[in-house]
Amino acid sequence: MNMGMVETTTATDPVTGEEIEIPADVEIGEIVDSPASGAELEVVAVDPVVLEEAPELEEDWGE
Amino acid sequence: MDVGLLYSRIRRDEKLLLEELRDRDHTVQKVDVRRQQFDIERPPTALADVDIVLDRCLATSRSVYLTRLCEAYGLPVINSAQTAMVCADKLRTSVALTEAGVPTPRTSVAFSVDSALETIESFGYPCVLKPVMGSWGRLMAKIDSRDAAEAILEHKAVLGHYEHKVFYLQEYIDKPDRDLRVVVTDGEPIAAMARSGDHWITNAAVGAETTPYTMSETVADLAAAASAAVGGGLLGVDLMETPAGPIVHEVNHTVEFKALDETVDTDVPAAVVDWIEARAVEAAA
Repeated sequence: MNMGMVETTTATDPVTGEEIEIPADVEIGEIVDSPASGAELEVVAVDPVVLEEAPELEEDWGE
Repeated sequence: MDVGLLYSRIRRDEKLLLEELRDRDHTVQKVDVRRQQFDIERPPTALADVDIVLDRCLATSRSVYLTRLCEAYGLPVINSAQTAMVCADKLRTSVALTEAGVPTPRTSVAFSVDSALETIESFGYPCVLKPVMGSWGRLMAKIDSRDAAEAILEHKAVLGHYEHKVFYLQEYIDKPDRDLRVVVTDGEPIAAMARSGDHWITNAAVGAETTPYTMSETVADLAAAASAAVGGGLLGVDLMETPAGPIVHEVNHTVEFKALDETVDTDVPAAVVDWIEARAVEAAA
C-alpha cells in the first residue's frame, strides 16, 4: 500500500496476524482499512497502536 | 476551551474537528460512549469540567439520549436534545418542517401493511418508502408498482423491529440527477455542494459525485428556515430542486462534512470551530 508522504507506523492485523503499515497519526476510535485482510480495523490504543476488528454497521448509524 | 467529544467512531469528520480544535490549543476530552457509563444526574468525570460537549455519536439512539443527559447535567451540548430528537426521526422532521412552512415532499404515515398499501395507491407510482429512522440512504425504497409495494411491505413487516411497522411514505420527487447539501450553523450557511449520480438516491455516502454549489437566496433562506424548524445547531440540510422551487427533504444533526470540505474552497472545520467557540462563550456568559 502506497502511503505517499504520510508518516506511518506498524501494527498487527488481528485478522491475519500480519504486521501492517498505517498512518502514524491515528486516533483511538479511528477506523483503518487493513491492506492485509481488507477488514475494517478499529484503533483501540496508540503508542503502540493496537487494532481490533471494527464493529459491523448497525441500523441506526448515520449522520 | 475544554471540549467534550462524544463518539463511538472517529470518522474523517471528527478527525478534522479534533485537528482544528487542537491547532487552536483547545483541550478535547474524547469520550467513547460504548465504554462510558452515564448516571442520569452527574456527568462522567471526563465531562465534569468541559465548557461544551459535541455530540458526534454515529448511532442515532445514543445521540438522542446523550444530548438529553448532557442537558440534565447542565452542560451546553451541540446539538441540543430537541434538535437531535427531531432530526433523528424523519416523521418528526417532516412535521416540524411543515409546521414552519418549509416546503417538503408530501408525506403520510401508516401503521399497518394494509393501510400502507392504501396510502401507496393514493400517492400513485412511483412513490418512496423510507425507514422512519435511518441514514446514508439505507433501506429506502422507490416503489414502482403494486407488486413491488406488496413485496416490500411484506419484507418490512417481518423485519422485526417495531420501527419497521411505522411506514413513512412520500411522494416521489422527479428531481434532476442531483440534490443539494447545505451545512449551516444556527441557520447561517457555511457552504453548499451538489451531489450528483445516476441512482435516484444521490447521497455522498452511496458514491454520488460532489461539486461546489453557489446558493441562491431562496436555498439559503430555506436552509435557515429548516434549521430553525428543527431547533437549530450544526446541521446538514438536504434539498431537492423541483420545477416549483427547492424543497427540503432531510436535516442531519450529526452532519458529516468531509465531502463538503473536499469539494469547496471554504475551510469547513475552521468555520465549524469558529461557531463552537462562539457558542461556548455564549454558554459561559
